[in-house]
Amino acid sequence: MCAALVSAPLALAQDATEAALEKYRRMLKDDPWSNPGLLDADRGEELWKTKLTACDLGKGPGKVEGAFAELPRFFADADRVMDAETRILWCLEKTGFNVAAFLRSPHPAGGQPVKEVGAIATYVASKSSGMKFAAPTAHPKEKEAVALGDALFNRRAGPFDFSCTTCHASDGARIRLQGLPLLIEPAAARKVIGEWPGYRVSNAHVMTMQHRLLDCYWQMRQDRLVFGSDASVALTSYLVANAKGGEISAPSIKR
Amino acid sequence: MNRISSYLVVAGVLVAAACTLGERKMTVAPELIDAALKGGWAASTPEWLARHTQDETMRLCTQYNNEPPKAVAATIEASARASIKYPADGKLIGDWRQGERLAQSGYGMRFTDYPARNPTGGNCYACHQLSEAEVSYGTLGPSLLGYGKIKDFTAEAIKATYEKIYNSHAVLPCSNMPRLGANGVLTPEQIRDAVALLMSRDSPVNK
Ligand code: HEC
Ligand code: HEC
Repeated sequence: MCAALVSAPLALAQDATEAALEKYRRMLKDDPWSNPGLLDADRGEELWKTKLTACDLGKGPGKVEGAFAELPRFFADADRVMDAETRILWCLEKTGFNVAAFLRSPHPAGGQPVKEVGAIATYVASKSSGMKFAAPTAHPKEKEAVALGDALFNRRAGPFDFSCTTCHASDGARIRLQGLPLLIEPAAARKVIGEWPGYRVSNAHVMTMQHRLLDCYWQMRQDRLVFGSDASVALTSYLVANAKGGEISAPSIKR
Repeated sequence: MNRISSYLVVAGVLVAAACTLGERKMTVAPELIDAALKGGWAASTPEWLARHTQDETMRLCTQYNNEPPKAVAATIEASARASIKYPADGKLIGDWRQGERLAQSGYGMRFTDYPARNPTGGNCYACHQLSEAEVSYGTLGPSLLGYGKIKDFTAEAIKATYEKIYNSHAVLPCSNMPRLGANGVLTPEQIRDAVALLMSRDSPVNK
């Protein structure tokens, strides 16, 4: 496979996080309701029902069931492609939500619960759990978003010369002890992309895809990715296109 | 797998990778990429914007999926060679203890690292195995355990190691290893400390 640059045997060494993850996995097997991410999904449901019953995620106002499986998509009313989180924020803005304040700090610090938008996204994603990714690609803007995401994914820049492919184009490689998921291969992408939003044990909160991307740019020594920007949506469009047909299992438990 | 054979495996994989994905098909207009990049970043200071501008090497490596054809590779290699600066006193081997410290440290240049509270690290362990003692190492790069011993601690190898760390593309155009010296991540003095870590007889790398 041309994509595999360097592979080495995975060391057996496991860090404390892996052990904690194992514990969570066992707990989940005994009791699927012990996933802490479900509390956030519940909080998100409350918020949705009090604020967003008019919000159209693509399947009609207020309709949540199965909507996440068909995102990102083009929205004529906003004249752009949006992922779940971006769309939720767009809907919240119509209710007087302070978007500027939110954008200054859209993600929780370690141990803090996921913020409102993330909680709603967790709820929305959970309502597509068990379904398969089927984001539409008929609209030219949807095609363009996937192509743009592909270009950004491969674009090397910054003081470390990183692109997403530096870390996500070889199978079985690690940064320190963290396994790096292969995201350019549909078979591999289908396994992990549907796990977001997920409860991340090492951060002790639910992490959404927008947050995940921000964290990767942090490691890349590039700038803070603007929540809901075209670049952020395009990367998600690209990842979801790669994961097409993969099952959604959100909220999951991540390391 | 012993060290020597793991080096061979790595070399083999690199050769296999030369089956080439070829040039990237441009499916989006460059203006669209530029616009997305402009709207994508929170800070808009000239320093941060400069990070998102590609230099010629980044541009070519992106265009050719990191597998540049011969002529392009030669250009990249030549410009990488020309970028290399040596410490003023010409000494290419420093203090391996400092080298170990910077190999461990991933601090620096991330958007939460300003103003800097620590020196910028080289983050070598993120990608390389270097010593028996450190089990938390990454595998994006080859194992460097026993590196100096394998290279016989020669003066040529010391110079080559310095140059590799200063600008990895001088040895392998479109390498995935950051150009730590050329990009201003590490100073020449820090790089020679990293060289010492790899090339000193008493360093944990060669135990
Ligand atoms: C310097 C290394 C590095 C780079 C470059 C990088 N990532 Fe990551 N990425 C990681 C690490 C580490 C993880 C987390 C792995 C873990 O938690 O086990 C991760 C996880 C992810 C995940 C979640 C995968 C999963 O397991 O569910 C996605 C999606 C992702 N990255 C996308 C990207 C995108 C898009 C880019 C480029 C904009 C990028 N990454 C660049 C290191 C990197
Ligand atoms: C993001 C990953 C990454 C980081 C960080 C990194 N390297 Fe590398 N390194 C690589 C890769 C990939 C290769 C193999 C390709 C090549 O030779 O360029 C490599 C190759 C090397 C080689 C040549 C090995 C050989 O077989 O001759 C040396 C020496 C080296 N690295 C030293 C270092 C040192 C010292 C540091 C830290 C100061 C460092 N690297 C940081 C990824 C990295």
